Amino acid sequence: MIPELGHYALVLALALGLIQSIVPVIGARRRDAALMGLASSTALAQFAFVGFSFVALIACFVTSDFSVATVVENSNSQMPFIYKVSSVWGNHEGSMLLWVLILSLFGALVAVFGANLPATLKANVLAVQSWIASTFYLFILLTSNPFLRLAEPPFEGRDLNPILQDPGLAVHPPLLYLGYVGFSMAFSFAIAALIEGRIDAAWARWVRPWTLMAWMCLTLGIAGGSYWAYYTLGWGGFWFWDPVENASLMPWLAGTALLHSAVVMEKRDALKVWTILLAILTFSLSLIGTFLVRSGVLTSVHSFANDPRRGVFILGILVLFIGGGLALFAWRAPVLKQGGLFAPISREGALVFNNLFLTTSCLTVLTGTLYPLALEALTGAKISVGAPFFNLTFGPLFIALMFAMPFGPLLAWKRGDLYGVAQRLMAAFAVGLAAIAAAFAIEGGASVLAPFGVGLAFFVMAGAVVDLVERTGLFRLPLAAVAARALGLPRSAWGTAVAHFGIALTLLGIIGAAAWGTERIVAVKPGQTISLSGYDLTYGGLKQEPGPNYSSVVATFIVREGGETIGILRPSRRSFSVREQTTNEAALMMRGVGQLYLSLGDSEADGALAIRLYYKPLVLLIWTGGIVMMLGGALSLSDRRLRVGAPRPGKKPAARPALAPAE
Amino acid sequence: MTRKQRRLTLIGGSVAVLAVAVGLMLYALSGSIVFFNSPTDIAEKHPSPATRIRLGGLVKPGSIERGTDLRIRFEVTDGKSDIPVRYQGVVPDLFREGQGVVAEGTLDAGGVFDADTVLAKHDERYMPKEVVEALKKSGRWEEGSADFAGDKKK
Repeated sequence: MIPELGHYALVLALALGLIQSIVPVIGARRRDAALMGLASSTALAQFAFVGFSFVALIACFVTSDFSVATVVENSNSQMPFIYKVSSVWGNHEGSMLLWVLILSLFGALVAVFGANLPATLKANVLAVQSWIASTFYLFILLTSNPFLRLAEPPFEGRDLNPILQDPGLAVHPPLLYLGYVGFSMAFSFAIAALIEGRIDAAWARWVRPWTLMAWMCLTLGIAGGSYWAYYTLGWGGFWFWDPVENASLMPWLAGTALLHSAVVMEKRDALKVWTILLAILTFSLSLIGTFLVRSGVLTSVHSFANDPRRGVFILGILVLFIGGGLALFAWRAPVLKQGGLFAPISREGALVFNNLFLTTSCLTVLTGTLYPLALEALTGAKISVGAPFFNLTFGPLFIALMFAMPFGPLLAWKRGDLYGVAQRLMAAFAVGLAAIAAAFAIEGGASVLAPFGVGLAFFVMAGAVVDLVERTGLFRLPLAAVAARALGLPRSAWGTAVAHFGIALTLLGIIGAAAWGTERIVAVKPGQTISLSGYDLTYGGLKQEPGPNYSSVVATFIVREGGETIGILRPSRRSFSVREQTTNEAALMMRGVGQLYLSLGDSEADGALAIRLYYKPLVLLIWTGGIVMMLGGALSLSDRRLRVGAPRPGKKPAARPALAPAE
Repeated sequence: MTRKQRRLTLIGGSVAVLAVAVGLMLYALSGSIVFFNSPTDIAEKHPSPATRIRLGGLVKPGSIERGTDLRIRFEVTDGKSDIPVRYQGVVPDLFREGQGVVAEGTLDAGGVFDADTVLAKHDERYMPKEVVEALKKSGRWEEGSADFAGDKKK
């Protein structure tokens, strides 16, 4: 009964979606308040129905209802409760349901918190949001019904892919989807603006919080996914330039560009056409990402079960929205009025630079991701484009971008003084040079490029601090005045500095782990000691341990540093009987912001155990940087001027914005 | 500067950055891509020892020989041809006889494939698509013989 109710709720959501796709647009044309107002009610109802449908699916998984095909394929009665829940989105059908749930959530949020939007804009935005939602409801109902029943239910399910049975994977997909799908708001606002043929600075203020929220979730989702891959895949890599990772990186790059161009639009009423285009492109990249991951053109752990009809359907959605969006853009964009003027050297100019480099680096990622597919389709030759390609193309562009990063916030609007800014950045240059010298001294010539990377990271971090020092007048003014200025500083200025600091931390972590990491891949026998980077590990032996739905082999290693025992590493391998599959559980030990990483391989014929041992200095900074960036976003989001429903002049006490950052 | 000059500066700058990016991409594509080959491809084409290639197929049952120091030898087959592979390191969890595998490396003068990477990051019902196609080409693929190609919906 529950699966049927869930299915039925989804059908009702589709019906509501179709109404919401048409009626508000007519209402906005005729300025009919009743017709426009309908959109808010249907958006809330859609969310309620999709929510019900999602809860119904969770109920099927939690109660291990093996009459439902999706549950049989991806669950098992022996699994711990948390994985029963997370396997709801650990498969194609369920993850698509999560996708539309989040889509309808954003629609509902606009309905509730969009009271300050002009009525026509709100109606159009909700209608466009509903176009997207309706096509995805159709996609689920026609090709990926999660509630499909089996005529002869088996007694036991086939288990969730063991590699996905991990706490990290319980939160990674929802976060990533909040990001992906969140960009649909930017798209809907852009299309609504094009329909109305009117766009102004207020538009940018309405769009920015949504984009910022999506961007924060995506940042955290990507960082989480990267950490998951790092500790589960067993060989210590944190980014593989896998097409599926690229699929999430591309919307992030475009979304980051969008955040920055929206600033120009909000403050200076310039770059309007470009911002609209970027909003369309960002969501298009989210859709391309969905297509790549969901259609089965790629092979990866994400591609679950595949069916060619789904690929064709998603391709259709892709063509409809990207093609339609760009066609509308080409038709309507000339109507939009030109904005303010600015000199090439100015804050606007710096933000254009940012946009140029972000979109170009996004283009290189897109090329590297799609080129193998295109080549195979055209010539049949199969190639793989891996890290060397991206290091050569994405790398230099991003380094140039990072170098320019500290200049941007210090330049004045309209017409900036590059020489003056360089002077004010003297301290940051000094920090960068000192960091290069220190890095050379410490590593002793192990890598020539790495110290320069460290210097760049420190330059950006110091630049972020200089920005704050300049704004608050620290070292120039009395402390009381500094405190007052610090409090009066817009939160978005803090957010900028914090986010820029975060990306520099990530860069530092990448350099540390990639250039100065050490590794040993050896076979050890009990009692034997191996050494790496000053750590001595003594192998104690193997032990069997039962788990809830697996059995594991745990190895014990005593870790010593300078003769003193500092801890025990217990890497293990888990064998899941249902899928006859093993997973590798690496053991990690924090050493400051570095990590010792130990994972198990096969047992050798002579009883020795193959292990991979890595020491990765600074590696934790990679993900810490992601969290710091997210916090920077949160600070910006809490800016009074950016609250959803702004602009509302005047001072209001720090009432929490209705839309707090998700969790 | 007039509006027109500013726009030209902007467009000029954008074109320059794009040109640099395209140049980098072309350069990278000419040097750092790796072609995928089945054992039969290699047997027929004899790629030169310098080129990096990917070799995909099944691990031939009974061909795995483990040596000391994590050295391992096995043969990759697509049913028509077998290519011996040499590798030193830890093979992935899913590396098994009869299972799909992708090795990356170079072919030495003696016709042995020197792998520096061995991939099998897929679950047991799944096989890399390249391997499926290589097997189909050699006529060894039987639809539904194993649940390889992913999951067929009932």
